[in-house]
Amino acid sequence: MSVTAISVERPPAQARGWPRRRIVGYALVCLWIGFALGIAAYLFFAWNAEFFAKYAPAYLRGLGVTLSLVGISMVLGAALSIPVAYGRMSRNRVLSGLAYCYVYFFRGTPLLVQTFLVYYGLGSFRPQLSEFGLYLPVINDGLTFARFTLWDFFKDAFNCGVFAFALNTAAYQAEILRGAIESVPRGQWEGAASLGLHKLQTLRKIILPQALIVALRPYGNELILMIKASAIVAIITVYDLMGNAKLAFANSFDIQAYIWVALVYLVIVEILRHGVEWIERRITIHLKR
Amino acid sequence: MPAPSIWTLLSWGPDGWSDDIAYGVVVTILLALATLPIGLTIGFFIALGKQSEEPSLRLAANIYTTVFRGLPELVTLFLFFFGMPILLQHLVRFFRPDATIDVNGFVAGMIVLALIFSSYASEVFLSAFRAIPKGQYEGGYAIGLSNWLTMRKVILPQLLRIAFPGLENCWLSLLKDTSLVSVVGLAETLRNAGVAARVTKHSFLFYSVAALVFLGLAVLSSFATNAILRSLGRREAQR
Repeated sequence: MSVTAISVERPPAQARGWPRRRIVGYALVCLWIGFALGIAAYLFFAWNAEFFAKYAPAYLRGLGVTLSLVGISMVLGAALSIPVAYGRMSRNRVLSGLAYCYVYFFRGTPLLVQTFLVYYGLGSFRPQLSEFGLYLPVINDGLTFARFTLWDFFKDAFNCGVFAFALNTAAYQAEILRGAIESVPRGQWEGAASLGLHKLQTLRKIILPQALIVALRPYGNELILMIKASAIVAIITVYDLMGNAKLAFANSFDIQAYIWVALVYLVIVEILRHGVEWIERRITIHLKR
Repeated sequence: MPAPSIWTLLSWGPDGWSDDIAYGVVVTILLALATLPIGLTIGFFIALGKQSEEPSLRLAANIYTTVFRGLPELVTLFLFFFGMPILLQHLVRFFRPDATIDVNGFVAGMIVLALIFSSYASEVFLSAFRAIPKGQYEGGYAIGLSNWLTMRKVILPQLLRIAFPGLENCWLSLLKDTSLVSVVGLAETLRNAGVAARVTKHSFLFYSVAALVFLGLAVLSSFATNAILRSLGRREAQR
C-alpha cells in the first residue's frame, strides 16, 4: 500500500537575531508585564485589611446577585426567544413583521436605555400598574392572602433589571436560534418528511441537535455579553458585583474597589470562554476527521 | 398653572426639551465619530500583531483583546475615569507638586470606547486577513512593492471590503456604548433625556425619546453603510 505524500506546509522559519517586529513585540510584552506588576504592587502596598474585611463579603453577595440576575434573565429570555424566532421564520407577514420590529428595537437601542425605560419609565404608570393585582398566598404565621400588584413587581430594581435583560436577550437569542435552525440544510427537513416524521418530531430529533452545535458558540458569547452587560444594573441601584464596587468606591475613594471587581469579571469571563470552547470541542468530536 | 402638555415638553425652546436632547444627540454622534478612526487604527495594528509570525507580538495583542473584551464596558469606563486622574497626578507631581488633574468625560469616554471598539474590530480585521490568500502578498512582492506598499495598495483595499460587514456591527455597538458615558456625566443623549425626565417627571416619555433617537441613529447608519457598500460594489464591478 502506497502512502500518498501529504504535503504539509512547514511553519515559517523563526527569524534570527532581533528584527524590528521582535523588538516591538518584546517591548509590548514587557509593557504588559510592567502594567500587571504595577497593579499587583499597587494592590500589595494599598493592602487594607479593613477594606477587605468590610467589602469582601459584599462583593461575594454581589457576585451572587449578578449570577442570579444573568441566570434568571437568560432562562426567561430563552423561553421568550422561541416564539420570537418562530415569528421571524413565519411566512405570515404580520407575525414576521412584529417579530422583526421586536428584534430591531431591542438590538438597536442601548441596554442602558431599555433598563432606564423599565425602571424609571414604568414609574410614570404607577397608578395603572397598581390596578392589576393578584391575591397570592403568603405564609407568615399561618396562611394568608396578600394582594400583589404589578407595581409591587416593578418597584424593585432587581425585578426591573431581570425584566429588561430578559426582553433584551430574548431578541438576541431569537436571532441565534433562527440563524442556527436556518443553517441546517433543507434536505434534512425533506429527508425527515419522507420518513414520515411530522414537523415537531423533525425539529426535535433532527434539526435541533444539528442546530444547537452551531448555536453553542453564539449562546456562549451571549452569556458572556450578558455577564458584562449586567454591570449596568448597578446604575439602577441594584447591589450586584458592580453595585457593591461603586458603593465601596464611594465610601473609601480607593480605586482598588474597581480593580478588584475588574479582576473578578475578567476571571468569570475567561472561565466561561474556555468552558464554552471545551464543550464545543467535546460535542464536535464526531465531526472531526 | 396647568401641567404642560407633552407637546410643550417636546417643543424646541425654553419650555421644551427638544433642544437639550438635540444637543445631546450631537455629542453622541461626535463621540462615536471621534472614536471611530482611533479605534479602527488601533484595531488594525492589533490584528497585524495577532497574525504576525513573532510570538511575542501575538502574545501582546492577545492580552489586549482578552482584557478589553473581558472587562464590562462600565468597569473599564470607571477604572479610567477614576483611575486615570490618580495615575496622572502621581506622574505630574514629579514635575509640579501642586498640579491637580481632571479628566474630561468626553476624552475618558473616547479612550475607553476606542479601547473596546478596537479589541472587537481587531477580531474582524483578523478574520479578514485570514480570508486573503497568501498569493496576494507574494504577487505584491513579486512586482517589487515593499512590505508597506503591498499592505497599502494590495491588501488593505481587499481587507476593508471583506471586513466591512463586521465593522458595521462594531460601529453599531459603539453607537450604543456611547450611552454608557452618560454615567460619568457627559451631557449626551441619554443624560439630557434623563435630566428632562427628572425635572418634568415624564420619565417614560423622555426615555422613549432617547430610545427612538438611538433607533434612528441605527437606521441612519444602516442607510449610510448600504450606500458605502453599493459604491464599493460598483467599483468592484468596474474593474
